[in-house]
Amino acid sequence: MELEAAKMIGAGLATLGFIGPGIGIGLIWAALISTVGRNPGAADAVTTTAWVSFALVEALAIFALAIALLILFG
Amino acid sequence: MAEAHNPLEQFVIKAWVPIKVGDLDASFTNSSAFMLLAVIAVTALMVLAVRPRAGVPGRWQLLAELSYQFIAKMVSDNIGKEGRAFFPLIFSIFMFVLFGNLIGMIPYSFTFTSHIAVTLTMALLIFVMVTIIAFAKHGIKFFAFFLPAGVPIVLAPLMIIIEVISYFTRPFSLSVRLFANMMAGHTLLKVIGGFVVPLGLFGFVPIAGLVAVMGLEFLIAFLQAYIFTILTCIYINDAIHLH
Repeated sequence: MELEAAKMIGAGLATLGFIGPGIGIGLIWAALISTVGRNPGAADAVTTTAWVSFALVEALAIFALAIALLILFG
Repeated sequence: MAEAHNPLEQFVIKAWVPIKVGDLDASFTNSSAFMLLAVIAVTALMVLAVRPRAGVPGRWQLLAELSYQFIAKMVSDNIGKEGRAFFPLIFSIFMFVLFGNLIGMIPYSFTFTSHIAVTLTMALLIFVMVTIIAFAKHGIKFFAFFLPAGVPIVLAPLMIIIEVISYFTRPFSLSVRLFANMMAGHTLLKVIGGFVVPLGLFGFVPIAGLVAVMGLEFLIAFLQAYIFTILTCIYINDAIHLH
């Protein structure tokens, strides 16, 4: 296989890492929406936690993106 | 792909003033220049903005007071009363990382937080400091940290291994999270930017996407500085109070 083609396939495979964080971020926002829906008074208290969890989960997707970009352009 | 269009080119470290100490390369690079700029900007903000000491703060004084209160609340929420001693350190870390991220958002500037050498240095310093604090405060009892209370004795060997591994991966996850976020975000901006001209008339589509990603990047720049700081708080809290 040519190196260039292998790089493209590798970068494409690296983006599979988005699946998990996608599910995770969906779960975080779903939980936040249902919490605020049930108890609007708790919105301030849980929103900060939601953003922190969002950043922690989102970092995993960013790792996959970084790997894909490094394979393509590194 | 031509070298000039490589989206990773923005991360190249250039030695502006080459300095050699024996075999050690201690050159003054563009990375050091922007670190210096961040330090100067933070100092200028904190010193000049509160100079009027007005009872009713102006815009700059308000900004300085807001950032102070933000971190003071984070420290007292996460560490408690003992955290006061660490406030200067935590505040410096937050402002340094935040300004590094935000200065990096200026086009043609350099993002020093996008280099693992910078973030890993900070994370390792925090890790070593936290470990020393824990030993100074608890002595040999610190090893109880690796076995959470109430764990069945059968599970103890497994738990200790897991806890030790998770303790030693802390500096790496802390530094990689910040560096990878910054690197991937800035590369993404360059990659999308590279679509604009080749698309000709339809170039406005990637430009609209670029504006959205730019907004997200500003959010990430702040959020990652916040995460880095709050995790530092949590580690210090672990060292002081164990589990």
